[in-house]
Amino acid sequence: MILALMIGILLIGGVLCWLAAQWSAAASKWIALLAAVTDLALSAGCWLRLRDPGPNAPWFIDFRKAWIPSFGISFHLALDGLSLVLLLLTFFLGTLAVLCSWREIKQRRGFFFFCLLWTLAGIAGVFVAMDLFLFYFFWEVMLVPMYFLIALWGDTRRRYAAYKFFIFTQAGGLLMLLSILALYFIHGQGTGNYTFDYFSLLNTALDPSASKWIVAGFFIAFAIKLPVVPLHNWLPDAHSEAPTAGSLLLAGLLLKTGAYGIIRFILPFFPADSAAIANWAIPLGVTGIVYGALLAYSQTDLKRLIAYTSVSHMGFVLLGIFSFREIAMQGTIMQILTHGISTGALFVMAGMLKERLHTRDLGIMGGLWTTLPSMGGAFMLFTMASLGLPMLGNFIAEFLILLGTFPVSPILTVLASGGLILSALYSLRMVQKTFLGPPSTPHALKDLSSREWLTLSALSISIIALGLFPQPVIDLVRPVVRLLVSN
Amino acid sequence: MTTTQFDALLPYTLLAAASLVVILLIAFRRSHTVIQVVGFILMCMVIAALLKVRSVLPVAVPPLFRIDGLALLFTALIVFCVLIIGLFSFVYFEEREENPKEYYILLFLSTLGATILTISVHFISFFIGLELLSVSLYALVAYLRTRNNAVEAGMKYLVLAALSSAFLLFGMALIYMDKGTMDFTAIVPSGSILFIMGAGMMVVAIGFKLALVPFHLWAADVYQGAPTPVTSFIATVSKIGVFAVLLRFAQSIHLQQHPEVYTVFVVLAIASMIAGNLLALVQQNIKRLLAYSSIAHFGYLLVSFLTIGEAGTQASIFYLLAYSIALLAAFGVIVLLSTRQKEAEDLADFRGLFWKRPLMAAVFTIALLSLAGIPLTAGFPAKFFVLASGVRQHLWLPVVVLVLTSIVGFYYYLRVIGVLFAEAPETPGLQQREPKERLLQPYFYAAIYATLVVLTALSFWLGILPATTTDGIREFLLIR
Repeated sequence: MILALMIGILLIGGVLCWLAAQWSAAASKWIALLAAVTDLALSAGCWLRLRDPGPNAPWFIDFRKAWIPSFGISFHLALDGLSLVLLLLTFFLGTLAVLCSWREIKQRRGFFFFCLLWTLAGIAGVFVAMDLFLFYFFWEVMLVPMYFLIALWGDTRRRYAAYKFFIFTQAGGLLMLLSILALYFIHGQGTGNYTFDYFSLLNTALDPSASKWIVAGFFIAFAIKLPVVPLHNWLPDAHSEAPTAGSLLLAGLLLKTGAYGIIRFILPFFPADSAAIANWAIPLGVTGIVYGALLAYSQTDLKRLIAYTSVSHMGFVLLGIFSFREIAMQGTIMQILTHGISTGALFVMAGMLKERLHTRDLGIMGGLWTTLPSMGGAFMLFTMASLGLPMLGNFIAEFLILLGTFPVSPILTVLASGGLILSALYSLRMVQKTFLGPPSTPHALKDLSSREWLTLSALSISIIALGLFPQPVIDLVRPVVRLLVSN
Repeated sequence: MTTTQFDALLPYTLLAAASLVVILLIAFRRSHTVIQVVGFILMCMVIAALLKVRSVLPVAVPPLFRIDGLALLFTALIVFCVLIIGLFSFVYFEEREENPKEYYILLFLSTLGATILTISVHFISFFIGLELLSVSLYALVAYLRTRNNAVEAGMKYLVLAALSSAFLLFGMALIYMDKGTMDFTAIVPSGSILFIMGAGMMVVAIGFKLALVPFHLWAADVYQGAPTPVTSFIATVSKIGVFAVLLRFAQSIHLQQHPEVYTVFVVLAIASMIAGNLLALVQQNIKRLLAYSSIAHFGYLLVSFLTIGEAGTQASIFYLLAYSIALLAAFGVIVLLSTRQKEAEDLADFRGLFWKRPLMAAVFTIALLSLAGIPLTAGFPAKFFVLASGVRQHLWLPVVVLVLTSIVGFYYYLRVIGVLFAEAPETPGLQQREPKERLLQPYFYAAIYATLVVLTALSFWLGILPATTTDGIREFLLIR
C-alpha cells in the first residue's frame, strides 16, 4: 500500500502543482518540494523499518490488486533491496531536481513541476512494478512528461533533442511490449494461466528459438535506455538540451531504468540467453567505456561532455551485469547509485554555471575558481568522484566491477581499466577549462546561494558516505544479488 | 413480422422516424435551435430503445437483418458519435452562410444507413444501408456549396463512391451467380474463380469506404474540404458502419478459410499502416493529418480484424471506441476554433494554443496522445488489445509493421503537440475568444465544452480502468 501511496503522492502532487500555479507560482514549487520530500521520507522510513525481510525474502513489501482481470493484469507492486535502493535514489534526486529548478524555471512553472513529478512517478513505478503490463505502463508514463521537460524548457535545439529522445525510447518500448506479449501467450498456452505477473512468468518454459527473439526485444529496449554504444545516439542531445532538472533526472534516473530492467528481467527470465548475450555485451560495454571517454575528451560543450561520461560509466554497468559474479553485481548497483549522484551533481553545477554565464561553451569559461571558490571546490570533488578517486563512491563501484570481471575476461577488463585513465584525462580537462586557467569573465559572479549550498552538500555527503561506508547498501542488496547470481 | 421482431427493430425505426420528424419540423417551425434540441432528444431515445431491446435479443428478421449483441454495440457506438457530432454541427452551421436545417435530415438518414449496415446479413440490406449512408454523404460533404473546397470534395466523393458502389454490386452479383444465395450465412466457402473475383470486387468497395491503401486517394481531400462535423462523421460513423458489416461478413463466411482473400486483407492492413503513417508525416493541415492518421488506424484495426475471433472482435470494438472518442475530441476543438471566415486547420493556427486556451489545448493533446497510444489514455489499452490479439494468432508480420509504423506515428502527433505548446505568435489569430460566443446561444458552447471534458475524462477512464468496458463488451458479444 505504501508503494502505491508514494506513486499516488507524486501523481496528485503534480496535478496540484499545475492547478496551484493558476493562483500563485510560488505555491507550485512548495507543493512539488513537499511531495518529493514526503516520498523521500516514506522510502527512508521503509529502509529503517524493513531491516528484516521476513518470510518471503528477499521481498519486503508486496501489494497486489486486480486491474484488468480478464487479461490477467494486476496492479502488483513489490519491494526488495534493489528496488528500495533505487527508490531512495529516485526520491533523493527528485527532491534535488525540484530544488535546482527553484529559480531556473521562470515560465509555466505549474506545468513544469507537473511534468517533473509525473516523470518521477513513472520512474518510481518502473522500479516497483511486478506485473509486466504495469511495468510497461510506467515505462511509457515517464516518457511523455520527460518529452515536455526537454521540448518546452530546454535549450536552443530542444525540439530536435526531445523528438530524438522520445522516438528512440519509444521504439525500444514497443519492441519490449511485443516481447512481453509473446511471453504472456507462450506462458498462457503452456500452463493455461494467462497472466502478466512477474513471479508466474519467471518460470516460463521457452524453446530456444522463441526465447531468442523475446530476449532481443527486451534487450534492445533496455540497451537504448542504458545506453549501450551503438544505440546511445539520443543521449548527448537529450542531456545537453534538457533543463538542469531534466538532465539530472535523465542521467541520474532514466538511464538506471535500463540497467534495472536488465537485472530484474533479462537475467532471471532468460538465464541461458543471458550467457549468450554476455559474449556481445561485455565487448560492447568495454567499447562504451573507451568510446564514451574519447568522445567526452573531445567535447567543447560542458553538458555534452558530462553526457558522454555517462556513456562511459554505463559501459561499466553493462560489464558488471554480464560478468554474472556477485562482486561485480554489487559493484554494478553501487555504480548505479554513485553515478546517479556524481553525474547528477555535475549536471546541477553545469546548470548553475549556465545560469551565471549563459553559456555551456568550455572555450568561454576558465578561471572561475577566483570568483566562485565554493562551487569550484564542489566541482572538483565531483570530478574526482567521477574519475574514480578512492574514498568516493564511484571508486568502490568501479573497483568491485573490475574485480568481479577480471576472472571472466582478463583482457577486456584490462581494456576497461584503461578507460579509467581516459576518464582522468577528460575530467582533468573539464576542471582545467572551467575553474582553472586565466579568468575569463571580468565581472564578479555570485557564489553559491544557500539553496545551492543545501543541494550540493546533500550530494557531497552522500557520495562521500557511499565511498567510506558502502556496506549498508551491499547488505541491503545482497539477497537479491545472491539470487540472481545463483541462476 | 412478429411483435418481437418489430420490437427489436425499434431503434432503427426511431432513427428512420427522426429524419421524418426533422422534415416536418422544417415545414412548421424553421428554428435551428428547436431542430437541434429535438434531434438530440431523438438520439437519446434511440439509445434508450437500444437498452430496452437488449432483453429480447438476439432476434433474426429473415432474410435481411439480424439484431444481436454485436449489432447493438456498433449501433450504440454510432449513435453516441452522432449525438456528439450533432452538437458540433449546431455551433458550426449556426455561423456559416448555408441554411443548416436540411443538414439534419441528411445527417440522420446517413446515420440510419450506417446502423442498418450493422444489422444486415444479406446483400440487399448491405447495399441499401451503404447507399443510404453514401448518398446522404455526397450532399453532406458538399453542404457549404459556395466554397470551392467543399464542392471539389463532394465531387470527388461522389465519383469515387459511385464507382465503388458499382464494384460492390458487381461483386455481389458474381457471388450470387456462383452460390445462388445472397444470405451471408448461406455462402459456403469455395475456391471457385467466380467467388474469388466477386470477393475481390467487394474488397475494392469496402477498401474505398474504409479508406484503406490503395483506395485512400479521396480521404485527405474530402476530410479537408468537408465541413468539420461532416469530416468527423466520415471518420467515425461511416467507417464504423462499414467495418461492422465487414466484420459480420467475414465471420459468416469464415474468412480465414479463404487464404486468397485473407492475404489480400493482410496486404491492405500493412499498406495502410505504412502509407498512412508516412503520408501523415508531411502534412501541414490538421484535417489532412487526421485523415492519414485514420487511414493508419484502420490499418491497425485490420490486424485485430484478421484474427476473426472472440478476442479480435472485442479488441476491434474497444479500438473503435477509443479511436472515436479521441477523434471526436480533436474535431470538437477544431470546430470551436474555426470562425466563419476560416477553418482552424493549418498547423500555424494552433501555435501556442496551450498558453492562451489551456483547456482546448489539453483536450487536443490528450486526444492526440490517445491516438498515439500513450498510457493513461484510451488509446493505450486499445492498441494493447489489438497487439495482443495479433500476437495470439501469430500474425507476426502485421504486428511488427504495426509496432514500427506507430513509432513513425509518434513523430507527427508529437509535432502537433509541440506546436500546441510552442511560443504563441504575437499577432492575434483564431485563438482569441471571438465575440461570436456572445452572439450564439451560450448554452451550446457550454454544452460543447462539457462534451469535450467528458470525452477527455472518458479517455482517461478507458485508459486507466479498461476492465469494466471490456467485460461489458464481452457480455454483449455473447448475445448472438
